[in-house]
Amino acid sequence: MISITGLEKRYGAQHVLRGIDLAVRRGSVTAVVGPNGAGKTTLIKAILGLVRPDVGSIRIDDTLLGDDCSYRARIGYMPQIARYPHHLSARELFAMLADLRRAAPVNVPPPLDDDLMERLGLAGQLDKPLRTLSGGTRQKVNAVAAFSFSPDLLILDEPTAGLDPVASAVLKDRITAERLTGHTVIVTSHFMSELEELATDVVFLLDGVVRYSGPLDELLRHTRKSNLGRAISHLMTEAAA
Amino acid sequence: MTLLSPVTRRIVTYELREVGRSRWLLAYAAFFLIVADALLRFGGADKALLSLMSVTLFIVPLVALVFGTVVLDDAREFTELLLAQPVTRRQLYAGLYLGLTLPLAVAFVAGAAIPFAIHRVGDPTLRASLGVLLAAGVMLTCVFTALAFLVASLVDDRLRRMATAIALWLVSAVLYDGLVLVLAMVFSDRPLEPVLLGLTLGNPVDLARVILLLRFDVSALMGYTGAVFEQFFRGALGIAVASTALAAWVMLPVALGLRAFRKRDF
Repeated sequence: MISITGLEKRYGAQHVLRGIDLAVRRGSVTAVVGPNGAGKTTLIKAILGLVRPDVGSIRIDDTLLGDDCSYRARIGYMPQIARYPHHLSARELFAMLADLRRAAPVNVPPPLDDDLMERLGLAGQLDKPLRTLSGGTRQKVNAVAAFSFSPDLLILDEPTAGLDPVASAVLKDRITAERLTGHTVIVTSHFMSELEELATDVVFLLDGVVRYSGPLDELLRHTRKSNLGRAISHLMTEAAA
Repeated sequence: MTLLSPVTRRIVTYELREVGRSRWLLAYAAFFLIVADALLRFGGADKALLSLMSVTLFIVPLVALVFGTVVLDDAREFTELLLAQPVTRRQLYAGLYLGLTLPLAVAFVAGAAIPFAIHRVGDPTLRASLGVLLAAGVMLTCVFTALAFLVASLVDDRLRRMATAIALWLVSAVLYDGLVLVLAMVFSDRPLEPVLLGLTLGNPVDLARVILLLRFDVSALMGYTGAVFEQFFRGALGIAVASTALAAWVMLPVALGLRAFRKRDF
Protein backbone atom coordinates (compact mmCIF):
# COMPACT_ATOMS: atom_id res chain seq x y z
CA MET A 1 0.00 0.00 0.00
CA ILE A 2 2.68 2.48 1.08
CA SER A 3 6.36 2.11 0.42
CA ILE A 4 8.91 4.56 1.71
CA THR A 5 12.56 4.57 0.74
CA GLY A 6 15.47 6.54 2.15
CA LEU A 7 13.35 9.24 3.73
CA GLU A 8 15.30 12.00 5.45
CA LYS A 9 14.19 15.23 7.04
CA ARG A 10 16.06 17.93 8.90
CA TYR A 11 14.61 20.88 10.77
CA GLY A 12 17.61 23.15 10.93
CA ALA A 13 20.18 21.32 13.02
CA GLN A 14 17.72 18.62 14.06
CA HIS A 15 17.93 15.45 12.01
CA VAL A 16 14.40 14.16 12.59
CA LEU A 17 14.21 11.36 10.03
CA ARG A 18 17.47 9.63 9.21
CA GLY A 19 16.79 7.36 6.29
CA ILE A 20 13.45 5.62 6.75
CA ASP A 21 12.70 2.52 4.69
CA LEU A 22 9.27 1.18 5.31
CA ALA A 23 6.43 -0.77 3.77
CA VAL A 24 2.87 -0.65 5.02
CA ARG A 25 0.70 -3.57 4.01
CA ARG A 26 -2.77 -3.05 2.60
CA GLY A 27 -5.39 -4.07 5.10
CA SER A 28 -3.07 -3.75 8.06
CA VAL A 29 -3.43 -1.68 11.18
CA THR A 30 0.11 -0.41 11.52
CA ALA A 31 1.07 1.01 14.89
CA VAL A 32 3.88 3.56 14.79
CA VAL A 33 5.53 3.63 18.19
CA GLY A 34 8.55 5.29 19.68
CA PRO A 35 9.53 7.79 22.37
CA ASN A 36 8.68 11.49 22.09
CA GLY A 37 10.69 13.13 19.35
CA ALA A 38 11.39 9.86 17.54
CA GLY A 39 9.88 11.27 14.35
CA LYS A 40 6.41 9.66 14.37
CA THR A 41 4.45 12.79 13.57
CA THR A 42 7.01 13.95 11.00
CA LEU A 43 6.75 10.57 9.26
CA ILE A 44 2.97 10.77 9.21
CA LYS A 45 3.02 14.32 7.92
CA ALA A 46 5.44 13.32 5.18
CA ILE A 47 2.94 10.70 4.00
CA LEU A 48 0.27 13.39 3.95
CA GLY A 49 2.50 15.79 2.04
CA LEU A 50 2.41 18.31 4.89
CA VAL A 51 6.13 17.91 5.47
CA ARG A 52 8.47 18.00 2.48
CA PRO A 53 11.20 15.39 2.86
CA ASP A 54 14.78 16.43 2.04
CA VAL A 55 15.70 13.07 0.52
CA GLY A 56 13.80 9.89 -0.29
CA SER A 57 10.49 8.96 -1.83
CA ILE A 58 7.05 7.86 -0.77
CA ARG A 59 4.75 5.78 -2.93
CA ILE A 60 1.10 5.13 -2.24
CA ASP A 61 0.16 2.22 -4.46
CA ASP A 62 1.67 3.37 -7.73
CA THR A 63 1.56 7.10 -7.12
CA LEU A 64 4.83 8.76 -6.29
CA LEU A 65 4.14 11.64 -3.92
CA GLY A 66 4.78 14.97 -5.55
CA ASP A 67 2.66 17.91 -6.54
CA ASP A 68 -0.40 15.86 -7.41
CA CYS A 69 -2.77 15.96 -4.47
CA SER A 70 -5.53 13.66 -5.68
CA TYR A 71 -4.21 10.72 -3.65
CA ARG A 72 -5.31 12.58 -0.54
CA ALA A 73 -8.93 12.03 -1.52
CA ARG A 74 -8.37 8.45 -0.34
CA ILE A 75 -6.94 9.46 3.02
CA GLY A 76 -8.72 10.25 6.26
CA TYR A 77 -6.47 12.14 8.66
CA MET A 78 -6.96 12.73 12.34
CA PRO A 79 -4.30 15.17 13.61
CA GLN A 80 -3.01 15.18 17.16
CA ILE A 81 -4.34 18.64 17.85
CA ALA A 82 -6.65 20.40 15.47
CA ARG A 83 -7.58 24.03 15.78
CA TYR A 84 -10.16 25.64 13.61
CA PRO A 85 -11.15 29.14 12.53
CA HIS A 86 -12.85 31.03 15.33
CA HIS A 87 -16.35 31.06 13.99
CA LEU A 88 -16.68 27.66 12.36
CA SER A 89 -19.14 25.08 13.73
CA ALA A 90 -18.78 21.32 13.31
CA ARG A 91 -21.65 21.26 10.84
CA GLU A 92 -19.97 23.93 8.73
CA LEU A 93 -16.65 22.13 8.93
CA PHE A 94 -18.14 18.85 7.71
CA ALA A 95 -20.05 20.61 4.94
CA MET A 96 -16.88 22.34 3.88
CA LEU A 97 -14.81 19.16 3.77
CA ALA A 98 -17.50 17.38 1.79
CA ASP A 99 -17.72 20.32 -0.56
CA LEU A 100 -13.94 20.46 -1.06
CA ARG A 101 -13.81 16.77 -1.83
CA ARG A 102 -16.63 17.15 -4.30
CA ALA A 103 -14.70 19.94 -6.03
CA ALA A 104 -11.53 17.90 -6.29
CA PRO A 105 -11.10 16.05 -9.56
CA VAL A 106 -12.00 12.68 -8.05
CA ASN A 107 -15.17 10.74 -7.52
CA VAL A 108 -18.03 12.27 -5.63
CA PRO A 109 -17.53 11.25 -2.02
CA PRO A 110 -20.12 9.37 -0.05
CA PRO A 111 -21.76 11.45 2.65
CA LEU A 112 -20.74 12.01 6.22
CA ASP A 113 -20.39 9.28 8.74
CA ASP A 114 -23.63 9.90 10.63
CA ASP A 115 -23.37 6.60 12.44
CA LEU A 116 -20.03 7.45 14.04
CA MET A 117 -21.29 10.94 14.84
CA GLU A 118 -24.25 9.47 16.68
CA ARG A 119 -22.25 6.89 18.59
CA LEU A 120 -19.79 9.55 19.70
CA GLY A 121 -22.70 11.66 20.89
CA LEU A 122 -21.88 14.67 18.77
CA ALA A 123 -25.38 15.44 17.55
CA GLY A 124 -26.04 18.19 20.10
CA GLN A 125 -22.72 19.93 19.50
CA LEU A 126 -22.95 20.46 15.78
CA ASP A 127 -23.93 24.11 15.71
CA LYS A 128 -21.67 25.48 18.41
CA PRO A 129 -18.49 27.27 17.35
CA LEU A 130 -15.68 24.70 17.48
CA ARG A 131 -13.50 26.87 19.69
CA THR A 132 -16.09 26.70 22.48
CA LEU A 133 -16.06 22.88 22.54
CA SER A 134 -13.93 20.91 25.00
CA GLY A 135 -10.72 19.28 23.80
CA GLY A 136 -12.31 15.83 23.87
CA THR A 137 -15.35 16.95 21.90
CA ARG A 138 -13.14 18.57 19.30
CA GLN A 139 -11.23 15.30 19.06
CA LYS A 140 -14.54 13.57 18.32
CA VAL A 141 -15.21 16.09 15.56
CA ASN A 142 -11.77 15.24 14.18
CA ALA A 143 -12.59 11.56 14.26
CA VAL A 144 -15.82 12.04 12.31
CA ALA A 145 -13.99 14.20 9.78
CA ALA A 146 -11.32 11.53 9.32
CA PHE A 147 -13.64 8.52 9.01
CA SER A 148 -16.13 10.21 6.68
CA PHE A 149 -15.88 10.06 2.88
CA SER A 150 -14.88 6.34 3.12
CA PRO A 151 -11.11 6.68 2.85
CA ASP A 152 -9.17 3.47 2.22
CA LEU A 153 -6.20 4.79 4.18
CA LEU A 154 -6.66 6.23 7.65
CA ILE A 155 -3.90 8.12 9.38
CA LEU A 156 -4.60 8.66 13.06
CA ASP A 157 -2.17 10.60 15.23
CA GLU A 158 -2.90 9.87 18.90
CA PRO A 159 -6.59 9.35 18.16
CA THR A 160 -7.71 8.45 21.68
CA ALA A 161 -5.73 11.09 23.58
CA GLY A 162 -8.28 13.19 25.45
CA LEU A 163 -11.23 10.91 24.70
CA ASP A 164 -13.38 9.43 27.44
CA PRO A 165 -13.40 5.59 27.71
CA VAL A 166 -16.74 5.25 25.94
CA ALA A 167 -15.62 7.31 22.97
CA SER A 168 -12.28 5.53 22.83
CA ALA A 169 -14.04 2.19 22.70
CA VAL A 170 -16.27 3.43 19.88
CA LEU A 171 -13.20 4.60 17.99
CA LYS A 172 -11.31 1.34 18.53
CA ASP A 173 -14.27 -0.68 17.29
CA ARG A 174 -14.35 1.50 14.26
CA ILE A 175 -10.65 0.98 13.57
CA THR A 176 -11.11 -2.78 13.71
CA ALA A 177 -14.14 -2.53 11.44
CA GLU A 178 -12.04 -0.59 8.91
CA ARG A 179 -9.43 -3.33 8.91
CA LEU A 180 -12.09 -5.99 8.35
CA THR A 181 -13.33 -4.16 5.27
CA GLY A 182 -9.80 -4.20 3.87
CA HIS A 183 -8.86 -0.61 4.62
CA THR A 184 -5.42 0.34 5.88
CA VAL A 185 -4.87 2.20 9.14
CA ILE A 186 -1.73 3.89 10.43
CA VAL A 187 -2.00 4.83 14.08
CA THR A 188 0.27 6.33 16.71
CA SER A 189 -0.47 6.19 20.40
CA HIS A 190 1.25 6.20 23.75
CA PHE A 191 -1.08 3.55 25.08
CA MET A 192 0.65 0.27 24.28
CA SER A 193 -2.22 -1.88 25.50
CA GLU A 194 -4.53 -0.08 23.16
CA LEU A 195 -2.22 -0.55 20.20
CA GLU A 196 -1.77 -4.19 21.04
CA GLU A 197 -5.51 -4.62 20.88
CA LEU A 198 -5.72 -2.98 17.44
CA ALA A 199 -2.48 -3.46 15.57
CA THR A 200 -1.53 -6.17 13.14
CA ASP A 201 1.85 -4.58 12.38
CA VAL A 202 4.31 -2.51 14.37
CA VAL A 203 6.83 0.11 13.32
CA PHE A 204 9.25 1.09 16.05
CA LEU A 205 10.99 4.43 15.50
CA LEU A 206 13.94 5.62 17.53
CA ASP A 207 15.89 8.80 16.78
CA GLY A 208 14.57 8.96 13.25
CA VAL A 209 15.45 5.38 12.34
CA VAL A 210 13.17 2.34 11.96
CA ARG A 211 14.34 -0.17 14.58
CA TYR A 212 11.68 -2.73 13.87
CA SER A 213 8.95 -3.12 11.34
CA GLY A 214 6.83 -6.19 10.84
CA PRO A 215 3.87 -8.12 12.17
CA LEU A 216 3.03 -7.71 15.86
CA ASP A 217 3.07 -11.45 16.63
CA GLU A 218 6.51 -11.79 15.08
CA LEU A 219 7.79 -8.97 17.27
CA LEU A 220 6.43 -10.71 20.35
CA ARG A 221 7.94 -14.03 19.29
CA HIS A 222 11.26 -12.42 18.41
CA THR A 223 11.61 -10.54 21.70
CA ARG A 224 10.01 -13.39 23.72
CA LYS A 225 7.82 -10.87 25.52
CA SER A 226 4.19 -11.25 26.44
CA ASN A 227 2.97 -7.84 25.34
CA LEU A 228 3.79 -4.91 23.10
CA GLY A 229 4.81 -2.58 25.93
CA ARG A 230 7.45 -5.03 27.20
CA ALA A 231 8.62 -5.82 23.69
CA ILE A 232 9.17 -2.13 22.93
CA SER A 233 11.02 -1.45 26.17
CA HIS A 234 13.14 -4.50 25.38
CA LEU A 235 13.97 -3.00 21.97
CA MET A 236 14.82 0.30 23.61
CA THR A 237 17.22 -1.20 26.12
CA GLU A 238 18.72 -3.22 23.31
CA ALA A 239 19.22 -0.04 21.31
CA ALA A 240 20.77 1.74 24.30
CA ALA A 241 23.23 -1.09 24.88
CA MET B 1 -13.32 33.63 -12.84
CA THR B 2 -12.40 30.67 -15.03
CA LEU B 3 -8.83 31.19 -13.86
CA LEU B 4 -9.82 29.82 -10.48
CA SER B 5 -10.27 26.11 -10.00
CA PRO B 6 -13.43 24.95 -8.22
CA VAL B 7 -11.32 24.12 -5.16
CA THR B 8 -9.83 27.63 -5.02
CA ARG B 9 -13.26 29.18 -5.41
CA ARG B 10 -14.52 27.20 -2.45
CA ILE B 11 -11.58 28.20 -0.29
CA VAL B 12 -12.21 31.84 -1.23
CA THR B 13 -15.81 31.42 -0.10
CA TYR B 14 -14.84 29.97 3.29
CA GLU B 15 -12.22 32.60 3.84
CA LEU B 16 -14.68 35.35 2.90
CA ARG B 17 -17.15 33.96 5.40
CA GLU B 18 -14.50 33.86 8.09
CA VAL B 19 -13.00 37.30 7.39
CA GLY B 20 -16.44 38.76 6.79
CA ARG B 21 -17.46 37.88 10.33
CA SER B 22 -14.53 39.75 11.77
CA ARG B 23 -15.31 42.95 13.65
CA TRP B 24 -12.00 44.43 12.53
CA LEU B 25 -13.18 44.50 8.96
CA LEU B 26 -16.28 46.47 9.95
CA ALA B 27 -14.14 48.84 12.01
CA TYR B 28 -11.91 49.39 8.99
CA ALA B 29 -14.83 50.30 6.72
CA ALA B 30 -16.33 52.49 9.47
CA PHE B 31 -13.03 54.31 9.87
CA PHE B 32 -12.95 55.40 6.23
CA LEU B 33 -16.64 56.20 6.34
CA ILE B 34 -16.22 58.52 9.31
CA VAL B 35 -13.01 60.15 8.06
CA ALA B 36 -14.35 60.79 4.55
CA ASP B 37 -17.62 62.09 5.93
CA ALA B 38 -15.87 64.43 8.36
CA LEU B 39 -13.53 65.74 5.66
CA LEU B 40 -16.48 66.44 3.37
CA ARG B 41 -18.40 68.21 6.14
CA PHE B 42 -15.57 70.49 7.16
CA GLY B 43 -14.00 71.32 3.80
CA GLY B 44 -14.62 71.32 0.08
CA ALA B 45 -14.75 68.10 -1.87
CA ASP B 46 -11.38 68.78 -3.53
CA LYS B 47 -9.62 69.35 -0.22
CA ALA B 48 -11.39 66.35 1.28
CA LEU B 49 -10.10 64.21 -1.54
CA LEU B 50 -6.50 65.28 -0.96
CA SER B 51 -6.68 64.64 2.78
CA LEU B 52 -8.37 61.31 2.17
CA MET B 53 -5.50 60.44 -0.13
CA SER B 54 -2.96 61.03 2.62
CA VAL B 55 -5.00 58.92 5.03
CA THR B 56 -5.30 56.17 2.41
CA LEU B 57 -1.56 56.05 1.69
CA PHE B 58 -0.93 55.75 5.40
CA ILE B 59 -3.68 53.46 6.67
CA VAL B 60 -4.35 51.01 3.83
CA PRO B 61 -0.81 49.49 3.88
CA LEU B 62 -0.88 49.28 7.67
CA VAL B 63 -4.22 47.51 7.88
CA ALA B 64 -3.44 45.17 4.96
CA LEU B 65 -0.15 44.14 6.55
CA VAL B 66 -1.36 43.76 10.13
CA PHE B 67 -4.76 42.29 9.36
CA GLY B 68 -3.18 40.02 6.76
CA THR B 69 -0.64 38.70 9.24
CA VAL B 70 -3.28 38.16 11.94
CA VAL B 71 -5.68 36.39 9.58
CA LEU B 72 -2.91 34.09 8.38
CA ASP B 73 -1.91 33.33 11.96
CA ASP B 74 -5.49 32.29 12.62
CA ALA B 75 -5.61 30.24 9.44
CA ARG B 76 -2.31 28.50 10.18
CA GLU B 77 -3.66 25.50 12.06
CA PHE B 78 -6.57 25.21 9.74
CA THR B 79 -4.20 25.22 6.78
CA GLU B 80 -2.90 21.87 7.96
CA LEU B 81 -6.36 20.34 7.88
CA LEU B 82 -7.06 21.74 4.41
CA LEU B 83 -3.75 20.48 3.07
CA ALA B 84 -4.60 16.98 4.25
CA GLN B 85 -7.55 17.15 1.81
CA PRO B 86 -7.19 16.77 -1.95
CA VAL B 87 -6.15 20.42 -2.21
CA THR B 88 -2.89 21.68 -3.69
CA ARG B 89 -0.84 24.34 -2.02
CA ARG B 90 -1.29 26.66 -4.97
CA GLN B 91 -5.08 26.35 -4.73
CA LEU B 92 -5.02 26.99 -1.01
CA TYR B 93 -2.66 29.94 -1.33
CA ALA B 94 -4.72 31.57 -4.05
CA GLY B 95 -7.90 30.96 -2.07
CA LEU B 96 -6.53 32.47 1.11
CA TYR B 97 -5.04 35.46 -0.70
CA LEU B 98 -8.21 36.35 -2.55
CA GLY B 99 -10.38 35.60 0.47
CA LEU B 100 -8.42 38.14 2.45
CA THR B 101 -7.79 40.78 -0.20
CA LEU B 102 -11.33 41.01 -1.58
CA PRO B 103 -13.10 41.91 1.70
CA LEU B 104 -10.38 44.42 2.62
CA ALA B 105 -10.66 46.10 -0.77
CA VAL B 106 -14.45 46.16 -0.60
CA ALA B 107 -14.38 47.59 2.93
CA PHE B 108 -12.03 50.35 1.81
CA VAL B 109 -14.00 51.22 -1.33
CA ALA B 110 -17.32 51.22 0.51
CA GLY B 111 -15.97 53.27 3.41
CA ALA B 112 -14.28 55.86 1.23
CA ALA B 113 -16.89 56.17 -1.53
CA ILE B 114 -20.21 56.18 0.32
CA PRO B 115 -19.72 59.64 1.93
CA PHE B 116 -19.02 61.13 -1.49
CA ALA B 117 -22.31 59.67 -2.71
CA ILE B 118 -24.20 60.89 0.36
CA HIS B 119 -22.80 64.40 0.04
CA ARG B 120 -23.71 64.32 -3.65
CA VAL B 121 -20.31 65.22 -5.01
CA GLY B 122 -21.25 65.66 -8.66
CA ASP B 123 -18.28 67.32 -10.30
CA PRO B 124 -17.05 64.89 -12.97
CA THR B 125 -13.35 65.73 -12.46
CA LEU B 126 -13.62 65.13 -8.74
CA ARG B 127 -15.52 61.93 -9.32
CA ALA B 128 -12.85 60.71 -11.69
CA SER B 129 -10.18 61.62 -9.14
CA LEU B 130 -12.09 59.73 -6.47
CA GLY B 131 -12.14 56.79 -8.86
CA VAL B 132 -8.35 56.92 -9.20
CA LEU B 133 -7.99 57.19 -5.42
CA LEU B 134 -10.19 54.12 -4.94
CA ALA B 135 -8.23 52.21 -7.57
CA ALA B 136 -4.93 53.16 -5.94
CA GLY B 137 -6.26 52.08 -2.54
CA VAL B 138 -7.34 48.72 -3.97
CA MET B 139 -3.93 48.25 -5.59
CA LEU B 140 -2.18 49.08 -2.31
CA THR B 141 -4.43 46.56 -0.57
CA CYS B 142 -3.39 43.89 -3.09
CA VAL B 143 0.30 44.78 -2.69
CA PHE B 144 0.36 44.77 1.09
CA THR B 145 -1.74 41.66 1.63
CA ALA B 146 0.68 39.98 -0.79
CA LEU B 147 3.57 41.23 1.33
CA ALA B 148 1.80 40.03 4.48
CA PHE B 149 1.51 36.58 2.85
CA LEU B 150 5.16 36.64 1.90
CA VAL B 151 6.17 37.53 5.45
CA ALA B 152 3.85 34.84 6.83
CA SER B 153 5.34 32.21 4.53
CA LEU B 154 8.92 33.12 5.34
CA VAL B 155 8.95 33.95 9.05
CA ASP B 156 8.07 31.13 11.43
CA ASP B 157 7.84 32.89 14.76
CA ARG B 158 4.53 34.63 15.43
CA LEU B 159 5.98 37.67 17.15
CA ARG B 160 8.71 38.15 14.59
CA ARG B 161 6.11 37.92 11.85
CA MET B 162 4.14 40.80 13.32
CA ALA B 163 7.31 42.81 13.95
CA THR B 164 8.44 42.28 10.35
CA ALA B 165 5.04 43.36 9.05
CA ILE B 166 5.07 46.56 11.09
CA ALA B 167 8.66 47.30 10.12
CA LEU B 168 7.71 46.91 6.46
CA TRP B 169 4.92 49.41 6.94
CA LEU B 170 7.17 51.89 8.77
CA VAL B 171 9.72 51.76 6.00
CA SER B 172 7.35 51.99 3.05
CA ALA B 173 4.73 54.41 4.39
CA VAL B 174 6.79 56.60 6.72
CA LEU B 175 10.56 56.40 6.36
CA TYR B 176 11.16 55.80 2.67
CA ASP B 177 10.32 59.22 1.31
CA GLY B 178 12.35 60.88 4.06
CA LEU B 179 15.36 58.67 3.38
CA VAL B 180 15.20 59.48 -0.31
CA LEU B 181 15.12 63.18 0.57
CA VAL B 182 18.17 62.83 2.82
CA LEU B 183 19.97 60.94 0.06
CA ALA B 184 19.15 63.72 -2.40
CA MET B 185 20.41 66.38 0.02
CA VAL B 186 23.66 64.59 0.71
CA PHE B 187 24.41 64.04 -2.95
CA SER B 188 22.85 67.27 -4.15
CA ASP B 189 25.86 68.15 -6.31
CA ARG B 190 25.44 65.09 -8.53
CA PRO B 191 22.80 64.18 -11.10
CA LEU B 192 20.63 61.87 -9.05
CA GLU B 193 17.41 61.85 -11.04
CA PRO B 194 17.74 58.34 -12.52
CA VAL B 195 18.54 56.95 -9.09
CA LEU B 196 15.60 58.72 -7.50
CA LEU B 197 13.33 57.51 -10.23
CA GLY B 198 14.44 53.97 -9.52
CA LEU B 199 13.87 54.52 -5.81
CA THR B 200 10.31 55.65 -6.46
CA LEU B 201 9.62 52.46 -8.37
CA GLY B 202 11.07 50.61 -5.39
CA ASN B 203 8.29 51.59 -3.00
CA PRO B 204 4.62 50.85 -3.72
CA VAL B 205 3.40 53.64 -1.42
CA ASP B 206 5.50 56.21 -3.28
CA LEU B 207 4.24 54.81 -6.55
CA ALA B 208 0.62 55.18 -5.46
CA ARG B 209 1.35 58.71 -4.26
CA VAL B 210 2.83 59.59 -7.64
CA ILE B 211 -0.16 58.19 -9.49
CA LEU B 212 -2.56 60.20 -7.35
CA LEU B 213 -0.65 63.44 -7.43
CA LEU B 214 -0.04 63.35 -11.15
CA ARG B 215 -3.77 62.89 -11.39
CA PHE B 216 -4.67 65.64 -8.90
CA ASP B 217 -1.95 67.88 -10.30
CA VAL B 218 -0.71 69.18 -6.98
CA SER B 219 3.05 68.73 -7.04
CA ALA B 220 3.44 70.73 -3.82
CA LEU B 221 2.20 67.76 -1.87
CA MET B 222 4.16 65.25 -3.82
CA GLY B 223 6.97 64.45 -1.51
CA TYR B 224 10.45 64.51 -2.93
CA THR B 225 10.26 61.33 -5.01
CA GLY B 226 7.00 62.46 -6.58
CA ALA B 227 8.52 65.78 -7.65
CA VAL B 228 11.34 63.97 -9.41
CA PHE B 229 8.98 61.52 -10.98
CA GLU B 230 6.87 64.28 -12.42
CA GLN B 231 9.85 65.76 -14.24
CA PHE B 232 10.21 62.50 -16.11
CA PHE B 233 6.71 61.34 -16.63
CA ARG B 234 3.99 63.87 -16.98
CA GLY B 235 0.37 62.85 -17.28
CA ALA B 236 -0.78 59.65 -18.85
CA LEU B 237 2.60 58.06 -19.49
CA GLY B 238 3.64 58.59 -15.86
CA ILE B 239 0.45 57.00 -14.62
CA ALA B 240 0.91 54.08 -16.99
CA VAL B 241 4.51 53.45 -15.89
CA ALA B 242 3.65 53.78 -12.22
CA SER B 243 0.62 51.51 -12.58
CA THR B 244 2.67 48.85 -14.30
CA ALA B 245 5.26 49.03 -11.56
CA LEU B 246 2.52 48.77 -8.95
CA ALA B 247 1.13 45.69 -10.69
CA ALA B 248 4.61 44.19 -10.54
CA TRP B 249 4.55 44.93 -6.83
CA VAL B 250 1.52 42.66 -6.53
CA MET B 251 2.85 39.86 -8.73
CA LEU B 252 6.31 39.63 -7.24
CA PRO B 253 5.40 39.09 -3.57
CA VAL B 254 2.53 36.78 -4.55
CA ALA B 255 4.90 34.65 -6.63
CA LEU B 256 7.68 34.64 -4.02
CA GLY B 257 5.18 33.94 -1.25
CA LEU B 258 3.71 31.01 -3.19
CA ARG B 259 7.19 29.59 -3.73
CA ALA B 260 7.93 29.74 -0.02
CA PHE B 261 4.48 28.37 0.83
CA ARG B 262 4.98 25.36 -1.43
CA LYS B 263 8.27 24.50 0.20
CA ARG B 264 7.31 24.93 3.83
CA ASP B 265 6.40 22.23 6.32
CA PHE B 266 3.19 22.17 8.34
